[in-house]
Amino acid sequence: MLRIKGLVKRYRTGDLALKGIDLDVPDGQVMALIGPSGAGKSTVIRCINRLVEPTAGSVTLNDLEVTTLGRSELRRARRRMGMIFQEYALVERLSVMENVLSGRLGYVGFWQSYFRKFPQSDIDEAFRLLARVGLDHMVDKRADELSGGQRQRVGICRALIQNPELLLVDEPTASLDPKTSRQIMRLIKELCAERKLSAIINIHDVMLAQMFAERIVGLRVGEIVYDGPPDNLTADVLTKIYGEEDWSATIRKVDDEAAEAEEAAAAVIPVELPLPSRDRLAGLT
Amino acid sequence: MTLAATLTRRWQKPPLIKRAWLRWALALGAAIYLALAFGTTEVNWTRVWEGLPRGARFFAAFFPPDFVSRWSEIFDGILESLWMTVVATVIGIALSIPVGIGAAKNIAPAPVYYFCRGILAVSRSFQEVILAIFFVKLFGFGPFAGCVTLAFATIGFYGKLLAEDIEDMDPAQAEAVRATGAGWLQWINYGVQPQVLPRMIGLGLYRFDINFRESAVVGIVGGGGIGATLNTAFDRYEFDSAAAILLIIIAIVMVVEYSSGYLRRWVQ
Repeated sequence: MLRIKGLVKRYRTGDLALKGIDLDVPDGQVMALIGPSGAGKSTVIRCINRLVEPTAGSVTLNDLEVTTLGRSELRRARRRMGMIFQEYALVERLSVMENVLSGRLGYVGFWQSYFRKFPQSDIDEAFRLLARVGLDHMVDKRADELSGGQRQRVGICRALIQNPELLLVDEPTASLDPKTSRQIMRLIKELCAERKLSAIINIHDVMLAQMFAERIVGLRVGEIVYDGPPDNLTADVLTKIYGEEDWSATIRKVDDEAAEAEEAAAAVIPVELPLPSRDRLAGLT
Repeated sequence: MTLAATLTRRWQKPPLIKRAWLRWALALGAAIYLALAFGTTEVNWTRVWEGLPRGARFFAAFFPPDFVSRWSEIFDGILESLWMTVVATVIGIALSIPVGIGAAKNIAPAPVYYFCRGILAVSRSFQEVILAIFFVKLFGFGPFAGCVTLAFATIGFYGKLLAEDIEDMDPAQAEAVRATGAGWLQWINYGVQPQVLPRMIGLGLYRFDINFRESAVVGIVGGGGIGATLNTAFDRYEFDSAAAILLIIIAIVMVVEYSSGYLRRWVQ
């Protein structure tokens, strides 16, 4: 259970990025954080593992208060939070295996990691994860030789080998094509279900958020303006989050891909909205 | 806007300096200064003319180059220069790594940053010859002074370029390694080093190349190596031996240059 209370972040430039966020994420919940650029999505997840230092407020992960930890305690806390990045953020000149094993850096000593002598159990786990995402034949390829989708899978392995309790996911699909985006989101969702992980996913694409998250939180200029199930995202709500726009094409429709991805959840077309035209549907899928 | 108006609308690249009077004043000032500079440079053409045959005789004294009569001195000088170069490059680079890391603004805290930048500034503000004169006075004649000179100059060169390369790295990759809970040294080893290593290997080879050439210069002011041999040859008016030394230096520099260029391409 992740509990965020009164989280405030003021950058040194004076910009107030977060104006007191309260958020609880129960175990095993996959939550999408949506909102316009500059709303503070990245700041929220970076305040959780303190890549950005919060100005005020508290972050508690399974009864561990993260905001007051000292340096080495923070290292240990970071091991429990796996992070997946926009544009993958793999170390490009390291091999796939080294990138995955770098997720274990919090658990091994410096010389062990310097000579790449990781415990056999870590190496076994790395092979297992790479096999799970279908990349076990590429272990010694350099990360910059991989395609975007493959890189993001390596990024997912790096986060999962930490054996985290929580996944922080920052725009995982920002530089991927629509099909790969769906595959990556589906993979994240499946892996969270397999490992009973909770996840916070920052995402621009409202459709993807609706398809793959069980809860949606909308952020606007540092404040939560929506918190609820994906099906309640109406045009009014989207206007509240993003501002005035014609939202009829963005709201989820009955659509093969969505139905396949979310077998259980019945797709809902909000009643108050006109049915989308066939052209729009075609353009989106 | 009508079609005709659009068609006749002209465009010119905006000038670099917007104010016309400033632009013209700068151009005029530069022209006047250049004319005055040429005017004050005194060239005595009769002396140049008289000097030509003397210059020709001087150059003629270089030929044919004599590799044989001073071969053992030349050979010793070359060997000394080569080990000076190797030792100075290795020690210089080893010392410049911590200084370079400390001088990278994006990863070092402010006091460390200013301290390391200070070291780099001192090392870079003096040319090798001046450093060599200083160290020869400090340690006496010989290759040790030359070695210290080259190592010290290497710190300034390599440390500055390392710091700049670290400042130009992709912060996302480094941030991702930090997010795993890595310690500081692990973070440098996994997040920073892979990003700068290929370029730094190339620059190390380049610095080796520079250090060899500088070892000849440093020798002339008493820092040992082939430069000392060359200086002795000139002092004795043995221009044919000096020519041999110069040819050997050129050959070695070319070999080092080509092999380092090849290695650098291979590393990238």
